[in-house]
Amino acid sequence: MTDVLETAETPAEAGATQNREGLIFEHSKRGRCGYQLPKLDVPVVENALPANLRRAAIADEVEVSEVDVIRHFTRLSKLNVSIDAGLYPLGSCTMKHNPRINEEIARTPGFALSHPLQADTQVQGNLELLWWLEQTLKEILGMPRVSLQPVAGAHGELTGILMVHKALAGSGNARKYILIPDSAHGTNPASAAFAGYQVKELKSNSRGTLDLHVLQEAVNEDVAALMITVPNTLGVFESEIKAMAKILHSKGAYLYCDGANLNAFVGVARPGDMGIDVIHSNLHKTFSTPHGGGGPGAGPVGVSERLVPFIPTPTVERREDGTFYLDDSHPDSIGRMRAFNGNFNVLVRALTYMRSMGPTGLRRIAQIAVINANYIRARLKGPYYLPYDAPSLHEVVFNDKNQSAHDVHTLDIAKRLMDYGFHPPTIYFPLIVSGALMIEPTESEPKEELDAFCDAMLAIARECEERPELVRSAPHTTPVRRLDEARAARQPILRWKKAPSAR
Amino acid sequence: MTNLPNPTDPNNAHRYIPNSSDDIPEMLRVIGVDSIDRLFDSIPNDVKLNRLLDIPGPWSEVESRRWFRQLASRNKTAVDHVSFLGGGAYAHYQPACIDQLLLRAEFLTSYTPYQPEVSQGTLQSIFEYQTHQCLLTGLDVANASLYDGSTALCEAVLLAERVGKGKKRVLIAKSVHPHYTATVRTYVQNLGIEIVEVGWNSDGRIDLDALRSADGAFAIAVQSPNFLGVIEDYDAIASIANVSKIAVITEATSLGILTPPGAHGFDIAVGEGQAWGIPTQFGGPYVGFMVVKDALKRHMPGRLVGETVDVDGKRAYVLTLATREQHIRRGKATSNICTNEALIALGANMYLSLMGKNGLREVGEQCLQKASYLREKLRGVVELPFTGPVYNEFVVRTPFPASQILGDLEHEKIIGGIPLGDFYEGHENDFLVAVTELHSREQLDHYAGALSAAISRERR
Amino acid sequence: MANTPEDNRYAKSHEYVHVEGDTGTIGITDYAQKELGDVVFVELPQVGTQLDMGDELGSIESVKAVSELFSPIGGEVTEVNEALADKPELVNTDPYGDGWMIKIRLSSPDEIDELMTAEDYDDYVQTESGK
Repeated sequence: MTDVLETAETPAEAGATQNREGLIFEHSKRGRCGYQLPKLDVPVVENALPANLRRAAIADEVEVSEVDVIRHFTRLSKLNVSIDAGLYPLGSCTMKHNPRINEEIARTPGFALSHPLQADTQVQGNLELLWWLEQTLKEILGMPRVSLQPVAGAHGELTGILMVHKALAGSGNARKYILIPDSAHGTNPASAAFAGYQVKELKSNSRGTLDLHVLQEAVNEDVAALMITVPNTLGVFESEIKAMAKILHSKGAYLYCDGANLNAFVGVARPGDMGIDVIHSNLHKTFSTPHGGGGPGAGPVGVSERLVPFIPTPTVERREDGTFYLDDSHPDSIGRMRAFNGNFNVLVRALTYMRSMGPTGLRRIAQIAVINANYIRARLKGPYYLPYDAPSLHEVVFNDKNQSAHDVHTLDIAKRLMDYGFHPPTIYFPLIVSGALMIEPTESEPKEELDAFCDAMLAIARECEERPELVRSAPHTTPVRRLDEARAARQPILRWKKAPSAR
Repeated sequence: MTNLPNPTDPNNAHRYIPNSSDDIPEMLRVIGVDSIDRLFDSIPNDVKLNRLLDIPGPWSEVESRRWFRQLASRNKTAVDHVSFLGGGAYAHYQPACIDQLLLRAEFLTSYTPYQPEVSQGTLQSIFEYQTHQCLLTGLDVANASLYDGSTALCEAVLLAERVGKGKKRVLIAKSVHPHYTATVRTYVQNLGIEIVEVGWNSDGRIDLDALRSADGAFAIAVQSPNFLGVIEDYDAIASIANVSKIAVITEATSLGILTPPGAHGFDIAVGEGQAWGIPTQFGGPYVGFMVVKDALKRHMPGRLVGETVDVDGKRAYVLTLATREQHIRRGKATSNICTNEALIALGANMYLSLMGKNGLREVGEQCLQKASYLREKLRGVVELPFTGPVYNEFVVRTPFPASQILGDLEHEKIIGGIPLGDFYEGHENDFLVAVTELHSREQLDHYAGALSAAISRERR
Repeated sequence: MANTPEDNRYAKSHEYVHVEGDTGTIGITDYAQKELGDVVFVELPQVGTQLDMGDELGSIESVKAVSELFSPIGGEVTEVNEALADKPELVNTDPYGDGWMIKIRLSSPDEIDELMTAEDYDDYVQTESGK
């Protein structure tokens, strides 16, 4: 690949002009209006609200027209990259194609206008949909029940660990510790702490996986559960997962699986068949609900028989006559994880996707996601150092060892990729890899896109040797260039304020 | 493996997966394996699935539309009924452009803005959203969003406990949304935090004497308007010293017309932003908000966006104070939250911008006046058990079980209210009625007439 | 190469103490501030806090990391550097001067002998960073 950005050493003019969009508050002008309501058609009662409860006009709130708003947000949108525009290879995030039929179905008025506190008899369609989603996830995960209430992965983790706690407490000893490998997502220890446990970190071996003897030594009557990601954050499958389950179960502890990486093996293997007691599934990863710049998501939790009594309320149940109802009668339940019924309209999208894929499509997801990741691995290995050489599934983790010799580091490589039109991979995670570059292409990428990405990575590797300063000062073509993050954190400015002179 | 489809068979192509049966052999060659199955060798055979999953599909869009629309049509909703439901989820006017803008791929299909150079759209909009929250609540620092109102209250209680000097008791008004309090119970069940519920007086406002006499608490949480629809006396509550004051807001449009918690000395405002133009969609996704006094900002859960400059000195936005968060502080983080409700917060930002200073007040005024109109029409027809001031929701009592009356109204294509007995014992004859700017006078008159007729029918 | 003044003593957790009379001035070393990168926030104890040698005295944050600070020597906190609240970057620009963190009244001045000299610390850092 030739150097596509030969002239890009100074800030591109295009980039400089793109980011002129001011804050919406700076578009405000007295007398502008962005809405119209029907005229108030009831007589106005002056004292409908006691005067001391009524606020004055909200100082500094905006006055903008609909045109202003549409242009503002359209211009802002152009400052983002997105999966619709190309590969977005964030490891552990599963940035896959977001089908638009899911969006259309979710907007069906019968779903969108339904209210969470309607009588069960009025929302049979919703309840049947939720029931079907649970049946489908039960089959995919191989677990006897699935709670649809958690609205994110971390929310699912908390749900799962609370269930483990309640189950153990019921048998007399809630125990003290959750074991977590050093390669885990940060949400794992945070969720364990929220659920009332202390965390013991387990060291990974040279393959990046967990050794049975390390687990064996760590498990005792004070350990509530092991939280493990399968495949782990290096993309490596924990081949001894069943033996791990056995060790934990023999001591009365539970096996929690962080299902963030389900895309690697959906339809190929099932957590329930591995001895896993509880797993959350990020529907915004494996099941294509859009990330939306950081959410909403959904994190349903599947549980083994032993944990079924503890699942959150309410559950959706089917009567013999084929009608459905919300069931609060689970005396041992941990309780409610959220108001209402979870992120229903995310769940609608996920079930739409599962139906679109079917059994053959879901299996194909894992197969192609794994081929795609291994193709990148094969093409980049060598120029990029692979710190853990074990076979990996849906993602691959390189680091900057080769490039560090030229004083170019992971952050620089990530920023330089932007100049080539790609979103960078996840960087500096997992923590067990110094300078990690964690790449997950998903099944959504055609070979041509993977080749373009690999070509860009290889071109950057050459630049690191030949023109390291070009990489160190990247990006050059983005709407803004590298930010002063220290300044943002030292004297935080967390909201707009009207300039004093303008008052 | 037996009877499993071969990925290199062109008949197994799928519209969401671009790689073709021709690409796969070539890619396997580059990888250096002879079959896809070899790539899965690390998964032991005894955990592999030797069959296809037993689930429906693959479906075309035609089949999906048919099945899902059929399900949706079996719901009785505001599509063909007039709904008076609130209870923490409100149907308000949704400007058409919001959903159109939210469908822009750059918003819909982007990730959390960890790489600020290519995420300024998301980052700037969160900064604007944070600003709206501060203006509306009268507090200093807002985060990028939490899951919903109920989990926002959980996070507020945990935040208050962190700064609560070792105290372990929280007072929560019984008139806080019962789902919210239930969620807090779930969250804190292993953390040694005691929840004490404080009841209400005959006007529907919190029992101040009980509140004042309860000691040893690190926080007080009250909702206003509360679950009975009654607006609380913030000043009286705020006068209680040495305890963090948490205001819960489930009807966010009320902030357009009611004095904000920040003006009364509250430390934390949390709530549900759904009313800001988000569909009720059976309970989610919604958007939880949290706004705190400046002194609490480093204890805040969730993401924060701050302003800075790039190397050329150009103004730009970035995730900041990240050391509070789980990906850095792990087991000692202020929260385990990672994925939040960014797209919904973006929709709320659009709504707040479109409505603006005047629209937010007008929505509030219309809700207030229309609710007041209906309430006065019903006076005499039904009992109005709580005398405190209300915004757009109030409790109605008849001599008959609420479920019976509401069943009668359903025959008139009216979804007439939320039975209070589902939440509080002894309130089986009560239900909650919510009115918004969407209701016309004709609909309100029809409701009053239908309710009156239903009561007469039950009397016979 | 990091700067290591001769008149301080050093702890393995990279704090220094500068003793004058019965008062010790505590901060982090030049090596430590370089390793941390841009310091954005320093959390310090209140005046009057009693610290034993090795007790956690606070924490220091860079943009994407947080580290605990440990007291290299025991005593009562008599002063904290209020300037760091507004200018945490002083830890980067002048770790041994304006970037100091707390002053303590030493409870057992003999503890100083358990700490490293500048020369020992430089050797220690060499081995650490060579790992």
